[in-house]
Amino acid sequence: MKLVRLRDAARPRITLRLDGVPIEAQRGDTLLTALLAADAGYLRDSEFGDGPRAGFCLMGACQDCWVVVEGRGRLRACATLAEDGMEIRRG
Amino acid sequence: MKVAVVGAGPAGVRAVERLVAAGLSPVWIDEASDGGGRIYQRPPPGLARDARSLYGFEAKRATALHDTLDALKPRCDWRPDTLVWHIRPGARQLQTLCGGRQDAVTYDAAILCTGAMDRVIPLPGWTRPGVTTMGAAQIALKTQGCAIGHRVVFLGTGPLLWLVAYQYAKAGADVAGVLDTTPFITKARATPGLLLGGATFAKGLYYIAWLRRRGIRIAEGVTPLAIEGGDDGVTAVTWRDAAGRDHRIDCDAVGMGWGLKPEAQLADLAAVPFRHDALQANWVPVRDGAGRTPVAGIYLAGDGAGIGGAEVAEMTGARAALAVLEDAGHRLDPIETVALDRRLASQARFRAALERAFPFPAHLARAMADDTLLCRCEGLRAGELRAAARAEAATGPAPEMNRAKAFTRVGMGRCQGRVCGAAAAEILAAELNCTVPQIGRLRGQPPVKPIPISAEAAP
Ligand code: FES
Repeated sequence: MKLVRLRDAARPRITLRLDGVPIEAQRGDTLLTALLAADAGYLRDSEFGDGPRAGFCLMGACQDCWVVVEGRGRLRACATLAEDGMEIRRG
Repeated sequence: MKVAVVGAGPAGVRAVERLVAAGLSPVWIDEASDGGGRIYQRPPPGLARDARSLYGFEAKRATALHDTLDALKPRCDWRPDTLVWHIRPGARQLQTLCGGRQDAVTYDAAILCTGAMDRVIPLPGWTRPGVTTMGAAQIALKTQGCAIGHRVVFLGTGPLLWLVAYQYAKAGADVAGVLDTTPFITKARATPGLLLGGATFAKGLYYIAWLRRRGIRIAEGVTPLAIEGGDDGVTAVTWRDAAGRDHRIDCDAVGMGWGLKPEAQLADLAAVPFRHDALQANWVPVRDGAGRTPVAGIYLAGDGAGIGGAEVAEMTGARAALAVLEDAGHRLDPIETVALDRRLASQARFRAALERAFPFPAHLARAMADDTLLCRCEGLRAGELRAAARAEAATGPAPEMNRAKAFTRVGMGRCQGRVCGAAAAEILAAELNCTVPQIGRLRGQPPVKPIPISAEAAP
């Protein structure tokens, strides 16, 4: 899944890391936007072996967007703002 | 008197506004940082907040609501980024969590304005990255300036289908198709009632006409077949038209939804009884026209009390505040209540027409193929629920929703049945040859959303 930036796409850059790989994002991105507008493709693997997931509701209800943020634990990517230097692991 | 208002969308804002006008300073709790609810959610700081481009025809309404919201914050005990995860109606206490910190808020009266979410019908491929709810597609655009893909198909029914497709096309996204499961004739028959909606109906017609003029592919009365793709995403949507011909549209994202359902878990935990609203095809908490419930001190407003839309939410919010004030012995001008009740009654007639125009296609849920993933949280397929229901029915009384939950884990996952609950109930009803009201509804469990274990265990 690739989010396409249509508007407001020239904000200050920030850099996060997903499983050690640098991800370029923009200030004001949620973690979900930061990862999926870059080339992360998905956020986590279903624990039942039915494939990758990348969130569904974007409103904090489905819980299908969990990722782990170093030092902060498991968070909903759709409801968490990305910050420069965040270390993220797939949920 | 201590009043708590949960939620800062259209209903919450108007409720707090009326309470503050009466000299009260309520505790006001919202899960988001900045209020506005889903419909008038604002982008995070750093993104432009041009109301005209974000909210279109609703820009004036959105701006008015935001202005009121911001003016009210310093006049009450405003608690953003705070989840109410449990409610103890006996003790009149809300359990809250903010940044890992637990708190308890006591109230004499609580107005719950908890909003709604998309109602979905699972189909093969719906868990692939690139498939989101209609609301999600809108939130991505509104609050993050992003489309959910390069070529997007919108699938479902209801006013939101046309609105979001319009917003995407207007923002420059490539809308590859709008697939409405409701046949044209069903909508045409509801037109006399829809005319009651005045401007709201006119806007709906405008979106549809605009999309047609743009030459965007539109099909009505469709039967969705599958969302195709691989592990890295979506490649196409397949569907069958009313004449039985199969079609395929290449795309890399799908926004789907069949109307809305109340986010009424807190009302449930507060022990408010529910009734099945056949027209809405939703379980809704029981309340009177003013938002009073049978549970002392609990009032309801907005879409969380039954789907009515943003305009109605503003009215029900104000009305519930008036009910709180009335019940506390405040002297009110009867003209205010009567006028509000009259506006609510006329809106209810329009809403009923809207439900008739875009009925929930229960047959699609009932016809779900056995190998379709029904519950995305627990990896449960439709056939597994059917088989378990048959086995249970053979050994005892016909299972209802909460027993089904026990024997299949449907609704026991991380979303607690928010996403698949409506479709699961239809499948059970069809399998056991009974009605959805007989199947019952999934009862809520605290916490209403997953919270860190350490926070839950703390006193
Ligand atoms: S996408 Fe549903 S909770 Fe984040």
